[in-house]
Amino acid sequence: MYRKDGESYFIVDSHVHFWDGSPANQANRYGKGFIECFYDYHRNLSPAQWQWPPEKFGKYTEDDLMHDLFTAGYVDKAIFQPTCLNDFFVNGFNTTEQDGAVAEHHPGRFIVNGTFDPREGEAGLEKLEALAQRWHLQGVKLYTAEWKGDSKGWKLSDPWVYRYLDKCEQLGIRIVHVHKGPTIYPLNRDAFDVADVDDAAGAFPNLTFVIEHVGLPRLEDFCWIATQEPNVYGGLAVAMPFIHSRPRYFAQIIGELLYWLDENRITFASDYAIWQPKWLVESFVDFQIPADMQAEYGTLTPEIKKKILGLNAARLYDIEVPAEVIAGLSPEPAAAPGPVPKVSA
Amino acid sequence: MTAATRETLTSRVRRALATVTDPELDEPITELGFVAGIEVRLREDRGHEVSVRLRLPTSFCAPNFACLMVADAHDAVLALPSVDAVDIVLEDHFAAEEINAGVAASAGFGGVFPGQAGGELTELRETFRRKAHLACLELAVRKLVEQGWQVDALGAGSLGDVPDSPERRSLLRRRADLGLPTDPAAPLLVGDDGGPVTADRVATRLRFAKAVRVGIEGNAGLCRGLLHTRYPRRAEEVEP
Repeated sequence: MYRKDGESYFIVDSHVHFWDGSPANQANRYGKGFIECFYDYHRNLSPAQWQWPPEKFGKYTEDDLMHDLFTAGYVDKAIFQPTCLNDFFVNGFNTTEQDGAVAEHHPGRFIVNGTFDPREGEAGLEKLEALAQRWHLQGVKLYTAEWKGDSKGWKLSDPWVYRYLDKCEQLGIRIVHVHKGPTIYPLNRDAFDVADVDDAAGAFPNLTFVIEHVGLPRLEDFCWIATQEPNVYGGLAVAMPFIHSRPRYFAQIIGELLYWLDENRITFASDYAIWQPKWLVESFVDFQIPADMQAEYGTLTPEIKKKILGLNAARLYDIEVPAEVIAGLSPEPAAAPGPVPKVSA
Repeated sequence: MTAATRETLTSRVRRALATVTDPELDEPITELGFVAGIEVRLREDRGHEVSVRLRLPTSFCAPNFACLMVADAHDAVLALPSVDAVDIVLEDHFAAEEINAGVAASAGFGGVFPGQAGGELTELRETFRRKAHLACLELAVRKLVEQGWQVDALGAGSLGDVPDSPERRSLLRRRADLGLPTDPAAPLLVGDDGGPVTADRVATRLRFAKAVRVGIEGNAGLCRGLLHTRYPRRAEEVEP
């Protein structure tokens, strides 16, 4: 919980990792390149005092994670999003099992998401079922940029994906987080294209699709799709840290999202350990659209900030929210998809 | 003219490279800092061989765009008089080996990544030319709105209504890239296919254009930042 100026903000960090990118776990030069790329994002967009040395960034401890999220970072609930990368890292980069083990050490703190890879065919469906039962999955994170042998990525329009999404519905998985990033195949197309999400979201109206990184760098395509499909949300991982380095750009992103989507379908995330929730939450609560942009974008009210920082994700994941946060908020709009957040005393 | 006053070949190579843009960011690779070095060598047969080193913000930058830039750089430099051979080397990229070898052998895109790419990159390039046009259109229209034009009236505007400015020149260049008319009487707002935009769609199209512009500008800023983070000492090295 973060409190400032008489307001209480319930914080759901919708995208956190517990990874091992250390040299000992790197399977090849791609694994090395991958963690270096993450580290450059970390260094480029973090304030100087929040930058880690590369050794710590490669592999941090469970104590670091708990401290940075919950002791220092105001987070009430964190959602683990796996990124397996089995072709790059000996034991995987950040698997559901590794996340789950941490979550079991700290009951009530985390939600553990699973994943699937449609290229695994029939066997992958069984794996997903086992994963869902073991970790009581509500959500999956799909990393479409994952390499697998000769394949250098996949799309939601690929064969088998709808079988997996069917399976998700059967297993009670309701939320599908999709990383939209540089999948490499097919190479002659726009690797960041988000059009495949459109078809999947239309075909599975009972699933919610959270597009991580709000489709960046294809913000406009994401916004366009989200206006067509009410079950498409935008996750702010990677977009958040611009609040420090390029606040006017951050204002434009938020402004465009609020215009195209509205405030009920945007969710906060740090992408820990790339960035830390403490400074992101503090900065966001203090943030306002610059005066010269307000004619175009309006302003951010405490209510909008509360929804983005936690209430939207709480509604999606059925997380109880303390009454002090909800007090005084306008009722949920009837058109907003998903159940209204549960209120506890 | 003496040799001392003649523009050096290195400088001409640099100007040639300035015509190569990152299709996604719509900016010259020279301004983005992607050109890490230019070297001119005299061969034994007295011909000139030019080597250009290129670098990108991350090791995992999309290989299709990387491939386009390497191939365009190759063609732009080879087209210069007194350049007899060109060697473009993309550095520190996961697919550098394939891209460099493929472009050197003029294998075409399908030949660079057999089995992973069908056809060539023409369609990809067109997609991003359309985006670049939209982003420039939004900036040009912004000039008119600042002058008091109402958005509803913009559908009737023509290119000649946009005052001469960097925005107008950028827009004209993007229109020419797409084969759209560039004469002053031509409609200002056109669809991707050059057709008219009906009055009821003007506001939405401009709003979308704005999101496109925000996306491109933001992405360019991120790429610059990441490049600088990755190559802190080398970022200023190759200024003209």
